[in-house]
Parts: sequence; C-alpha cells; structure tokens
Amino acid sequence: MESTVKEIPVVWYQAASCSGDSVSLLNSASPNVRNILIDEIIPGHHINLLFQMTVMAGQGEPVMEILRDAAETRKGGYLLVVEGTIPTAANGAMGSVGEKGGKPLTMVEAVDHLGRNALAALAVGTCASFGGIFAAEPNPSGSMGLADFLRSRGIQTPVINIPGCPMHPDWFTGTVAHILLFGLPRADQLDDAGRPLSFFGSQIHENCPRRPFFDAGKFAKKIGDEGCLYLVGCKGPVSYADCPARGFNNHTNWCIQAGSPCHGCTEPGFPDKLSPLYQKLTEERLARFFLS
Amino acid sequence: MQKIAIDPMSRVEGHLKIETVVDQGVVKEASVSGTMFRGFEIFLKGRDPWDAQRLVQRVCGVCPAIHGVAAAQNLDAAFGVTNLVPHNGRHIRNLILATNYLQSHILHFYVLAALDFVDLTAAADYTGDDADLKAVRQFLDRGAAAPFLPRYEGDYRLTREQNVRLARHYVQALRMRALAHEAIALFAGKMPHDVGVVPGGVTAGPTADKMLAYVTKIRAVREFIENAYLPDVLTVARAYPEYAEIGKGVENYLAWGAFDEDLHVDLAVRQRYFPGGVILDGKLSPADPHKVFEYVKHSWYTEECARAPAQGETAPAPEKPEAYSWLKSPRYAGTACEVGPLARTMIAYTAGNRECRTEVNALLSELKAKPEALKSVLGRHAARAIEAKRLGKMATDWALVLKPGEPFCAQSQVPEKGAGFGCVDGPRGALGHWIEIENKKIARYQLVVPTTWNSSPKDDRGLPGPMEQALIGAKVKDAKNPVELARIVRSYDPCLACSVHLLDARRNLTGVARIV
Repeated sequence: MESTVKEIPVVWYQAASCSGDSVSLLNSASPNVRNILIDEIIPGHHINLLFQMTVMAGQGEPVMEILRDAAETRKGGYLLVVEGTIPTAANGAMGSVGEKGGKPLTMVEAVDHLGRNALAALAVGTCASFGGIFAAEPNPSGSMGLADFLRSRGIQTPVINIPGCPMHPDWFTGTVAHILLFGLPRADQLDDAGRPLSFFGSQIHENCPRRPFFDAGKFAKKIGDEGCLYLVGCKGPVSYADCPARGFNNHTNWCIQAGSPCHGCTEPGFPDKLSPLYQKLTEERLARFFLS
Repeated sequence: MQKIAIDPMSRVEGHLKIETVVDQGVVKEASVSGTMFRGFEIFLKGRDPWDAQRLVQRVCGVCPAIHGVAAAQNLDAAFGVTNLVPHNGRHIRNLILATNYLQSHILHFYVLAALDFVDLTAAADYTGDDADLKAVRQFLDRGAAAPFLPRYEGDYRLTREQNVRLARHYVQALRMRALAHEAIALFAGKMPHDVGVVPGGVTAGPTADKMLAYVTKIRAVREFIENAYLPDVLTVARAYPEYAEIGKGVENYLAWGAFDEDLHVDLAVRQRYFPGGVILDGKLSPADPHKVFEYVKHSWYTEECARAPAQGETAPAPEKPEAYSWLKSPRYAGTACEVGPLARTMIAYTAGNRECRTEVNALLSELKAKPEALKSVLGRHAARAIEAKRLGKMATDWALVLKPGEPFCAQSQVPEKGAGFGCVDGPRGALGHWIEIENKKIARYQLVVPTTWNSSPKDDRGLPGPMEQALIGAKVKDAKNPVELARIVRSYDPCLACSVHLLDARRNLTGVARIV
C-alpha cells in the first residue's frame, strides 16, 4: 500500500557522548516517545528513524549497511543528528563505531561521510554543538563540535545547533517540526552560535524567577539560601535558553528553581568559559564573553 | 581462522567491542574492548573540586545520578563533612539515586534488552482497542520498520499473546522511565545530569507538595514494576529456560553498597540499605576499597598507569601493541569481580538479608529454580527486577520521612590540601571516585566505574574480565545471528556501545565474514 504520509529519514549518530541527549529525547512529553518513534509526529509527517543506537533493534553489519545506504542512496535526503563530540586526536583512534573494510570505522570518518551527504545536520547537546565537556581543557581526545569539524574539512552542509547538557527534548522536536512544516530555518532565525532563536533567544537572567532578588540586592551567600544565586556562581547573566519558562522533565523543574546556580550549559565554551561553576562571575571572567 | 563481525552493538550506552574465537559453535576466547576515550581524569585536573560532581555525571547519561552521589560523597570526605550531611540531604540523595535505579532498570529490561526476546511485530494483526498497540499496528501497516528492523532473526519464542502484551509494556515502559525522571527532577532540577546533589547535601529542601508529587509519580512506577516488569521477567524466563545456565561469569562478586542509613565516616561500619561486600571463592567478607588495583597491560595507557586508583594516572597510549581497550582492568585482591544487580543480590542473599531472601526465594520457587540459577543471564534480569520492586517501596518510605523547613545542606570549605573517596553502588554496580586536592584545586581524580569491572580486558596475568569469562563456553547456533552472545553481553547492562566480533575457527560465511 502506497503511503500518503511524508517521511523524513533521520540518522542519529552517537559520537563521543554520554547518551544523555538520547535519554533526554526519551523524556519527551509532548510529543512523547511513542509519537516520535511510531506515530505521525505531526499529521501527514513522520520521522523514519533509520539509525539510533540506544533504541534500535538491530546491530552489527545490518545496521552498518543502514549507514552506508543512507549516505549513498538517500544522498541529500536525510537529516543527520549528531550527539557527542568528534574526537580527532590520534587520527580518530579515540572513538569508533563499527567497522569498514576490516578496520574500526572512526567517528571522524563516519561523521565526515554522513555529514557530507546529509540534507542538513542537527547537533544535539552541547558536545555536538560546541565541544562541551569532552573538549574541556586540555581536550585530551581532540574533541570538536560538529559545525567546526565539518567546516574544517570544507563540508558546507547546514548545521543547526541544539545545545544543552542535555538538550531539552522540546528543543529537538520543535526544530524538527519547524523543518517538516516550514523547511530549514533561515539565517535570521538562528543566533550567532547557530541556535534557533525561538529557544535560545532569551537570557536566563532576564527571565529568572529570582530576578526580583537581584534587583533588590538580596543575594544567597551559600547554597540553600533565599535570594539571587549570582554570588554562588549563577551564569544566568551570560546564558541563553528558555529554561525558566519551559522547565525540564515535562515542565517539572529546572536548575535555578531547584536551588542550583545556572551553569551556562547551553553556551559555547561550556564548561571552561563558565568555570568555576560555583564561583561568581568576576570582571575577568565576564571579559571571556566579550573579548573572544 | 576467520573473523565474523557483529559491529556495532546497539542498545547499550557508549562504545565497546567484543571479539570471540568460536570453534564448532562454541566460544573459545573472548576479548572485550572499550572503543571510546574521553579523558575525564585528565580534564578534571586543576579545576575547582566543586565542579567535579557536575562534570563527572557526563560519564553516563543513563546513570548520571550515581556519579553525582559518588562525587559528592568523595567531596564530603575530602571536605570533612561526611557525618554532617543533614537528615534531609541524606534522604533526598537516597531517593534521587533510588529513583534513577528505577528508571535505569526499566529502561534496561524493556528498551535495551527485551528486543532480544520479544517480537514486537506480533502486534501487526492486533484487533483490540489498546491505543498503544493500535499505534504499533498502524506503524507496521505503513510498511515502516525502523528502528525495530532489521534485527537478528530466528529465536523469538513467546506466544503471540505474550508478544503483544510485552509490546504494550514496551510502550508503557517508555512512559514509566520518563515519569521516574520527572520524580527526580522534583528534587534535583533536571534529568539526565541533575544539579541537586552537592557536597554537604542537596540544593533544595522538601515541601509537602513535592513529597506528594513524588510519591504519586512513584506509585504509578511501582504499579508498573509489580504488574508488568516482574511478571514479564518470569514470562521470558519460562520461554528461554536455558538462559538460567548461560552466561555464568566469574562467580566473584563485589558491591560497595548503596543508600546510606547512617553517616559513619568509616565505610566498613556505615549501614547501607543495599549492603556492600565481596564474595571470593564463595566466601563473603567486607569490601575494602584499598584492595582495588588497576592493571593496564592490555589497555591503551602507559605502563605507569597501573596503580591503586587513589594514586592512579591516565596517560593515553593509542599505539601500544598488546593493548585492545580504552578500559583499564580493575581487580579486587587480584581477582576479576562481577558488579551490578546480581553481585548485590548474591552478597545480600549470602549475608542473610531478610528482605532480599524473601523476594529472591519467592521468585525462585515460582520458577522452580535453585539459587545457583541466579548466576546467569536470567539471574541478572531477575535481580534487577527484584531491586526495582524493593526500591519502589523504599523510595516512597524515604520521601515520607523528609522534614520540610529543616536543613538539607551542610556548609563546607575546600581545604588547601586533602583527599577523599566515594564508593557506592549505582544501577550497574560498584562505582568508586578518588580525589586529591592541592592548593584548593583538583590534583588527581580517578574513577573506577561498574562497566570497567564487568567489561575489563585481560589483566597483567592474562586473566580475562568478567564479561569475557561469561562469553567463553557460550554456544552460538547461527553465526549470522549470534543472538546468544548479544543476550549475554546485554544481561550485564554494559554502559558502553558494543561491537561484537566473532572469530570463527572453521566456517567461512559470506557477507559478514572475512579472513584475518
């Protein structure tokens, strides 16, 4: 039977990751995971999740064929999702998935091939977006974010960054819905860091429920105190995401509401630029954001 | 000799590879390799110790909570506040950890392991009115199959009704594990990678409405565990009875224990709801973190890295000739030990823990099996399900003893110089963190994680790791569909994506085979 439902093939490749963004995807509430995996994600459209290491039934050679098939027979017709960094040290020896021609297929080779042939790529999580924690100084694995990696190899496939450690599942499903309904986001719908403005356009500090404390000069001196968390290290003033309005885990809670300073996990340069995480932004630390 | 590759192995966390030498359908040799290096120990050096409990959670997105707790206990010790963590702090840490056990165990059985036993396509001709099953049928009608096909074929034994029931539970399990994460987020901000656990306690105290929301969410998860998860494990056990003998492994077990019932600074004295211990050659004794030593002969690290974790080094050597893994080989008193739900169950059962014995004996009598059957693929699944049942109850109890308005975090100072360790069991087993502080900065941070115990390569004496030993002797019926090996490997719930390589001593198979 010919299907009337338009499908979008998706290849979700985990490079050097903790799988946290895959798990966050499983936490998606609306749409829920069933909707994403099985149903039409929006009427008339469904995702054909060809490859996803955490949930797919298959393994071994048959799933490596899926990867080859996607890059060759669906050239320019699939969305590549990359989770994790691309570890480039030691010629890519620090990360491989599967084999090619009897040798480990390094993440470097796989992401190059899949990225080169994709319609567009979504970098999910801060590692894939900007390098994140695995690229923290001294970056022993030579980890790179997806866009930097592709550009360094002259690959111009559009990349949309959906950072967060982990990403909020709504940021992913919302971006996919945008692509299905309206096509790829235009340049003016992304910020300088390649993030959709609809999710990453507002500053945490400006929308923080503890902002009135800041304005009134009432500051927490230690974890657990009432007041603005600026002095215990909050990075809300230099971080952009809609966490205050959205909340994580089906809108249950988020960092500052749980008494923790924001660590700026959606920002390029996380964690180094934002560290120490529990010490206040000094002038010298703030300068990192404006001088680089 | 011939090499057959099953590469990569899906439905595990991270990246791992396994090679076995098979002769006449029986595994003769096995080697397990971690294929990913990220270098936590290296990039933690020089940082503010407080940052450790946030950064180390990124070791694993499936079980971050345990790294947060181990790191916080490590820092508690280094900061000298172990016994000052307030009542609320201790209990909230316990319930964050317990709730992540629930989500991890449910995730493991249904999302990661079940597809090796359950045929979801049995829902193709479903005619009932269950919304989830109708959705599965429509999905299959559409001709769609990814990500549920392709798969290994040939050994799906459940009846149509059983397959349909487990297919329904598979979809429900997705919701239940997300609900468990919501319950954690109430106290810890978000999951994965919580922000709630800090040195001295937690970042926020309890309120009556949070306690209510928590126990309500956990009630639904508990109902699922008791009415679906445990019965489904029994269904699989009855249909695949030989897996009560397959995958026995090393029969030495190690657990640090989990869920502090007091705050004694001496780990040997501290009481934990899941008791720690070590079983070597059938004899139970208290577990001593000082008896852990890591070997690196077969790991891509310089020889200087072979040490006790408290003095451990991590210096990569990707060209090292005899190495085949990014994992080191931790050994307890020189011996390879299995860690995880089965290890904890064996230790508690041997110690005479009443609750553990009651649950385990009930399950064994249901299956008309002897305790020896626990040491197997099915035993690991059963141990996990029993833990989930017990922790569902305890998590509720711990939530209801919280005291709104009372302290939840002890103040602490980062010392100029100090050291500590945090040894505690996560869903996948014994986890140890070791820290050394100099000039108020991290001078050394070492982790020995559960999967490193289970998936470790051979040590300097050539003794294979626990998973390697479990694979040796396994029978493989069809080298093209070596589902037997996948079932053994997944029963450990490895926190690494695996690629399994079969070296077949005799047959030359087309497609997946090649000569090495």
